[in-house]
Amino acid sequence: MMKNSNKEQSNMKKWFRSGSPWIWLSAGGVSISLISVLGLLWLIASKGLSYFWPAEIHEFKSIDQYGKHTTVIGEIYDRELIPVAQLAHTSIKLDPALETVERLLIKTGNRELVSLDFRWILVPQIQSQSTPEDVVVIERRTNGNFYGYIESVVLDGKVVEKSKLSELLARVDEFQEEIEGLQTTDIGAINYQLERLRLKGRKYKLDNELTADIEQQLANETNALKAEYQILENNLMALRKEVARDQLIVRAMDGQKVTISFEHILKVTYNNQLGFFEKFTTFLSQIAGFLVDDPREANTEGGVFPAIFGTVLMVLLMTVIVSPFGVIAAIYLHEYAGKNALTKLLRIAVINLAGVPSIVYGVFGLGFFVYMVGGSLDQLFYAETLPSPTFGTPGVMWSAITLAILTLPVVIVSTEEGLSRIPSAMRHGSLALGATKVETLWRIILPIASPAIMTGIILAIARAAGEVAPLMLVGVVKMAPNLPLDGNFPFLHLDRKFMHLGFHIYDVGFQSPNVEAARPLVYATALLLVMIIISLNMTAVSIRNRLREKYRMLEH
Amino acid sequence: MTLAFKSIGSRQLKNSLAKWLITLGGISVLFTLVLIFMYLLYVIQPVFDSVKVEPLSSITLQSTKPSLSTGVDELKEVAYQIDNEGLATFYRLKATEKHPVGSVLLTKRLTNEGTTLTHSKNAGLNLLLLIDTHHNNTLISPDFTAIYKTDSREIVADIKYPLGEESLVIDENEGVISKVSFGMDSEKAVFVASTADGRLIKTTFIADDDFTYDAEYEAVFQEIEFYSQNVDDIHVTPDMSLAFVRSGNTVSVFELDDEYSVPLKTVIKPRTTITSLALLSGGSSILIGDSKGIVSQWFEVATEENRDFQQIRTFANNTGEAITNIYTEQFRKSFYTVTATGAMDVFYTTSEAKLWNGKIFNQAPNAFAISPRADAIVTIVDDTLSLTAVHNEHPEVTWSALWNEVWYEGYQEPDYIWQSTSGTDDFEAKFSLVPISFGTIKAAFYAMLFAVPIALTAAIYTAYFMTPGLRKKVKPTIELMEALPTVILGFLAGLWLAPIIEVYLPAIFLLVIFLPLSTLIAAFAWHNLPKELKLKIPETLAPIILIPVLLVSIYFAFSLSPIVEATLFGGDVRQFITNELGINFDQRNALVVGIAMGFAVIPTIFSMAEDAIFSVPGHLTSGSLALGATQWQTLIKVVLLTASPGIFSALMMGLGRAVGETMIVLMATGNTPILDWSIFQGMRTLAANIAVEMPESEVGSSHYRILFLAAFVLFVFTFVFNTLAEFIRQRLREKYSSL
Repeated sequence: MMKNSNKEQSNMKKWFRSGSPWIWLSAGGVSISLISVLGLLWLIASKGLSYFWPAEIHEFKSIDQYGKHTTVIGEIYDRELIPVAQLAHTSIKLDPALETVERLLIKTGNRELVSLDFRWILVPQIQSQSTPEDVVVIERRTNGNFYGYIESVVLDGKVVEKSKLSELLARVDEFQEEIEGLQTTDIGAINYQLERLRLKGRKYKLDNELTADIEQQLANETNALKAEYQILENNLMALRKEVARDQLIVRAMDGQKVTISFEHILKVTYNNQLGFFEKFTTFLSQIAGFLVDDPREANTEGGVFPAIFGTVLMVLLMTVIVSPFGVIAAIYLHEYAGKNALTKLLRIAVINLAGVPSIVYGVFGLGFFVYMVGGSLDQLFYAETLPSPTFGTPGVMWSAITLAILTLPVVIVSTEEGLSRIPSAMRHGSLALGATKVETLWRIILPIASPAIMTGIILAIARAAGEVAPLMLVGVVKMAPNLPLDGNFPFLHLDRKFMHLGFHIYDVGFQSPNVEAARPLVYATALLLVMIIISLNMTAVSIRNRLREKYRMLEH
Repeated sequence: MTLAFKSIGSRQLKNSLAKWLITLGGISVLFTLVLIFMYLLYVIQPVFDSVKVEPLSSITLQSTKPSLSTGVDELKEVAYQIDNEGLATFYRLKATEKHPVGSVLLTKRLTNEGTTLTHSKNAGLNLLLLIDTHHNNTLISPDFTAIYKTDSREIVADIKYPLGEESLVIDENEGVISKVSFGMDSEKAVFVASTADGRLIKTTFIADDDFTYDAEYEAVFQEIEFYSQNVDDIHVTPDMSLAFVRSGNTVSVFELDDEYSVPLKTVIKPRTTITSLALLSGGSSILIGDSKGIVSQWFEVATEENRDFQQIRTFANNTGEAITNIYTEQFRKSFYTVTATGAMDVFYTTSEAKLWNGKIFNQAPNAFAISPRADAIVTIVDDTLSLTAVHNEHPEVTWSALWNEVWYEGYQEPDYIWQSTSGTDDFEAKFSLVPISFGTIKAAFYAMLFAVPIALTAAIYTAYFMTPGLRKKVKPTIELMEALPTVILGFLAGLWLAPIIEVYLPAIFLLVIFLPLSTLIAAFAWHNLPKELKLKIPETLAPIILIPVLLVSIYFAFSLSPIVEATLFGGDVRQFITNELGINFDQRNALVVGIAMGFAVIPTIFSMAEDAIFSVPGHLTSGSLALGATQWQTLIKVVLLTASPGIFSALMMGLGRAVGETMIVLMATGNTPILDWSIFQGMRTLAANIAVEMPESEVGSSHYRILFLAAFVLFVFTFVFNTLAEFIRQRLREKYSSL
């Protein structure tokens, strides 16, 4: 026995002396890193995707500590265990042997009826729980979801069969689309033209070129537009009336009957009747809706299309700016720069541009580009709109330029790496055949280095897509009324503010009035952003790896 | 032949053109960095500019009578003079097409012919109480209206009577008023006056409706009990709550809020000969000027028993002459002192700054006024009215006020405070960079505390022990973390991690013990495995083997958490921490930030440290191993030692990233600028502060420039760290290549 434990001890000692425990501990570091990366991705993916999956609607009948019966209909949103001690101050009677008690967070919707659209239920208080087949979820344009039972469908004041519901919904959908088109495209265009006419008039006035003729002409054009506007307005009113024709009468969880006009209804689904396949189709259509719809209700519902659009446009603009500069700088550093102090300084500058906190770029962009450059541009070219600024205010162009500076080092470093992997024999060969240096660069070096340049640009895009802090200062807004690209001349409005996926996460998650309700949407947005960025990164890395293989072959 | 020659020429031209273009492009990178640096400095610099005083214009007055009062409009285009016969004259200070500088815009008689004004007293910029030898009391308001025409602007001057043109009855006994002070808003006007027969009185005019529309009022007369018949000076605060009455070298403070009596609040007795008294902007502080040229600032400080006036700080003028007058600005805490010889000093109270001193007149001016925007002063000396520009945009900012403790009005003691905006008007912005710089360091510290052990151990293992095949997969995976947008990390930290940590706080601390312990147990278990099994699951798979082990231990920590909470902390850790330990507990605290920002920093440190260790020349390790050292010994004594500069530079880069990170801190803390190391409390960092406040700061204001200064501090900080790291890495690379 004694001997055995001695042996054990010496075994342990030897083990410690071998350093093996330390090696294992350092392996633990790798494991923790892996767990956290993969766990994080899994967390975002599961939370983000579950937002689109149609949830089961439960009906709970519960009895509270005062003996009051209540019925709650809704989705189970969250569940947690809480220590019984935390409930000690309430008069809730629970089994004294219990240490913890489970409670459910139910999303009950029906925001117009109850002050809170979420409520906690203690599991011991639940008398019965069921998933009735005929419960519906009504997605609405305002006030969020409605959960309840359909009582009747009213067509123009007359009650009709419930089976007509989908037909009537389709009709309203068509009208809604028409209204949307009228509002954003046609009426938007007229308003835009009216504003341009007004500015034109002011410009003439400022330049002292306003004659009676011109004034008359402008007034005529304005009146023509206003007449057109009136016609559209009438059309719109007629459509609105059509849309508001039918109603749906539904019974809420407390038995109250509520009339919902069809104009507010987006979708009616019997979640509990859906089979797996139907759920899956709903899931896909929800994802599609998320990607192409506009946000509703202060961004807490609906889609994120403007944010996707804004992010993509801003990143594209940035790419256009950063690519030539980054590539030229890299070519200089690798092909032209001598081994001198200036080159050393340049390298330090590149490293520092990469290391300067992104918010500093935001501050610089706001002060230098927006107020100084933009302010001067306004004075010179847009005097007619002053004092309301055109470029002297944050906008998509300044954001693109600011982020171009921020991502410049990414392109430089990546391109330079590509250049350095090209065997010098290729350069020498080209030069020996009589090509000039720039011809060698243009015909030989750049084509071979193009995947590396590509890698750099993709990495820069990935970096820019995820950057939020500087954008908060130089152009991003929570809700942009217009996209920076539309059908009105000059089509691309570089002075406009834009929405951004990353900022959307911050804004909806932290600044919205109903954070609890918006949370799933934030997870979904986060998932989208992560997927974009990770796929960009993976593409870049795989291009780089392929490139490395190719060069290795070239060398031998 | 010629064609070929030409083409060679153009090719050469293209070649050299391209060379210039590319060189220019390359240099532009350096230029960009320098531009950022210079631009930040350019915005910050005016904050530290010294005050400049420059005479703008000077005109000869038409009235040769002694002047009682003067003033100027907001745009500094029209100034007025009121002489002791009650004649108000408005002069142009700026030439227009038709009128030269000094031409008269308007003259208006304010008193009856033949009477002289005994004195005028003003409250705020635009209210003047005139008292003449016939005991007529009139309240006037010089009024300037800018009228915009097609391409010009014209100022129209006028005198208004806010309380009517008839004489005001201030003393119900109609005695001669010798000293008076008043305050007025739209609801009431309060006058405190001493009379020639030795009474001290308070008179309140309560508006029937609103003084802005209608001058009807009801008067309430009260007599104040006062020991002395001799009153030298009276000051009523703008909010009409206190009156300061100077009699000789004591200042008595009366409360005016009470409807029935006027109680004596306290008596201030500075041990000097008081020569002048003034109220600082906001009305909370009084300034006492003495015969030795020293001004002391006094305000109420809450002590243990009561609130009492205390001397806060003193300012000495340059000449040491008695201070005859103190003039205070309307909205800022700046003030001007004047001596009998005409020496003027400009001070700012809160920053204790001595802004300017010098002589712009040869005697104490007859009338002195500060322009509404505080960018100029008008003075009348004999029959000359001069307008002097005072460039004093940022008096509240000094290097010492930014980094030292400052005693603000209403505070018990000097303190470091960052509080840039507030709802109230008489609020004074408090710009101390200490709390937010501290917050930055605190956030970075906790992030490094979390990140360094994990990142370095992971780097060591990946670079030195891992099989190449596994390394090829593991390294990009961990580096993928670097690409994750920090806004997502911040969002998860704030909305997912913070509530979890709040509920399972003990689990987090259990993990600190559980994770290493379970790793060691797993290692020992592997060590004792039979040989055949060891061959099947080699030690090189340790990171993979450990994943389930660690997951299980995490699960255990979390399920043990409620039990630990119940047995050790009485069921609720939060309450235990607040009640038993007396530490505040914020949901979004430094622990959350540390973990979240740690995640952001891990890939940076990992990637660079791994590179440094991996590129240690192989013959060094082979030599060590050949000499009989174990793997671990080789690692510690040879590899890490050689790679240490690289590891150090990795840490620098990580620190640089943690210091400048914005979104995580913004979202995972409450952003309260406090000075507290506690792990359970939040912080506000420089970067987050900029993100929060920059969009709402006014361009060109002190606040705006200080935020630029904060950005500059970040810039310089990261510049130093990055350059140092890069320098060390360069040296290391040279060393490796020489090995």
